[in-house]
Amino acid sequence: MAYLEIKNFNKTFKDGFKVLNDIELSVEKGEVISIIGSSGSGKTTLLRCINFLETPDCGNMVLDGEVLFNGEDTKKDNDLTLRNKRLNFGLVFQSFNLFPQYNVFKNVTLAPTLLLNGKIKAYKKELKTQKLPRAEYKRLLKEFKENEKKAITDDGLKLLEKIGLSDKINSYPCQLSGGQQQRVAIARALALKPKILCFDEPTSALDPELTGEVLSVIKALKEEDRTMIIVTHEMGFAKNVSDKVIFMSEGKIIESGSSEEIFDHPKSEKLIHFLSNVSDKETV
Amino acid sequence: MNTAKIFTELFQGFGNTVLLFAVTLILSIPLGLVIAFGSMSKFKPLKAISKGFVWIIRGTPLMLQILLVSFIPFYLFGIMNKDFAGFFGISISSLLFIFVVIAFTINYACYFSEIFRGGIESIPKGQYEAGQVLGMTKSQIFFKVILLQVFKKVLAPTSNEVITLVKDTALAQILGVIDLLNAANHAVNTYVVLTPLVYAAIFYLIFNGLLTILFGYLEKKMNFYKE
Repeated sequence: MAYLEIKNFNKTFKDGFKVLNDIELSVEKGEVISIIGSSGSGKTTLLRCINFLETPDCGNMVLDGEVLFNGEDTKKDNDLTLRNKRLNFGLVFQSFNLFPQYNVFKNVTLAPTLLLNGKIKAYKKELKTQKLPRAEYKRLLKEFKENEKKAITDDGLKLLEKIGLSDKINSYPCQLSGGQQQRVAIARALALKPKILCFDEPTSALDPELTGEVLSVIKALKEEDRTMIIVTHEMGFAKNVSDKVIFMSEGKIIESGSSEEIFDHPKSEKLIHFLSNVSDKETV
Repeated sequence: MNTAKIFTELFQGFGNTVLLFAVTLILSIPLGLVIAFGSMSKFKPLKAISKGFVWIIRGTPLMLQILLVSFIPFYLFGIMNKDFAGFFGISISSLLFIFVVIAFTINYACYFSEIFRGGIESIPKGQYEAGQVLGMTKSQIFFKVILLQVFKKVLAPTSNEVITLVKDTALAQILGVIDLLNAANHAVNTYVVLTPLVYAAIFYLIFNGLLTILFGYLEKKMNFYKE
């Protein structure tokens, strides 16, 4: 069984538009999958379903042997379960969605810090069962808090170094270029150590001269064997970075295969048409 | 000689004005937030009730609402206000002041609720979604991500309401509460001079001037980031 296995994802919007039609997808650990296709083909909705921002009407999703979604299960997840499921994935948005009121460092460390509260609670419970003397209990708790906080800080600094923005730690998102903002958004997603990192058209909102810096960060992540799913309009990049490429049209997966198969030997009429349209645009 | 007496009276009135202003503000802002959530609720009946309530309160004069509140003990329990005050062991003037506070609080909460609703709804969906994919709880998203952004957005319209509130406090005299304007008017009649009205105007101007400076300061403070 593959690392991530999606079967039979279907979704119809309220207005009757069938946005996902029997999607089957499998991703191996360390693999980079690109999803291409014209606007409205359902790529983004698929990504949003994987990240639990939308719920498919039916189908199921298994990650690393754990069933994350089962369409036949009508019971709704409680908030905690849903949040834990979401944490398996990271999502980088087209429009960055950084928190404008926090500086770069806080943007990256906010979510891990908030999660720490839960960890502290759990640790307190654990300590209480040990019936330690009060002073010892306090010492251990303090030590735990300090270590965890330090880990978050170190982690954040390391991530910012990785994306090449160590000098912008105290800058606010509004002081950064689009490319820099998107790199911070990538660091923010990585700070929670997701099993799979998803990108929703990460360069579509950027000026052409800024796409390169974001793409090279993603490329660097591939070197680390990160599992990634990338929805993109950058055909050259997709061809370059992907282990597997999926072409979607009208909510269906029309073709999937290695980047050579998809880009150099497309089979279906739709894909050939799509690729010729894209290359026309690129040469104009 | 009279000037000293006039100022004593004016300061007493001004005390009531400030008290009414402060209590109304402290109570109506949280209540406004609650009503704002009500009118944004996905639960249709709650949404309808909130919106209907805001419509009624914003659609009728504050003075009328103050009068209506003062008749509640009589209409609900058939008790005169004097006895009602006695029941709680407070003076009649305190009771009337409380009535005024209730009417003001409800009235301003409704105006604030619309400002807050506008502010909350103007925050892009992406901010919520970013919080969601980062595993935050709903309350973490609201308090850690959304609230400060809303605060920045509602500062300017809120300052408008707050300044209006300072002047609206003069309506309290409909129940005989001695506010600044009431005191000034009383002094005009007692000493047969017009100066108390001018003094009152200066009091209002200084008070609102300070508030304007305060809000200007807050707005500047919030400029540390842009969207």
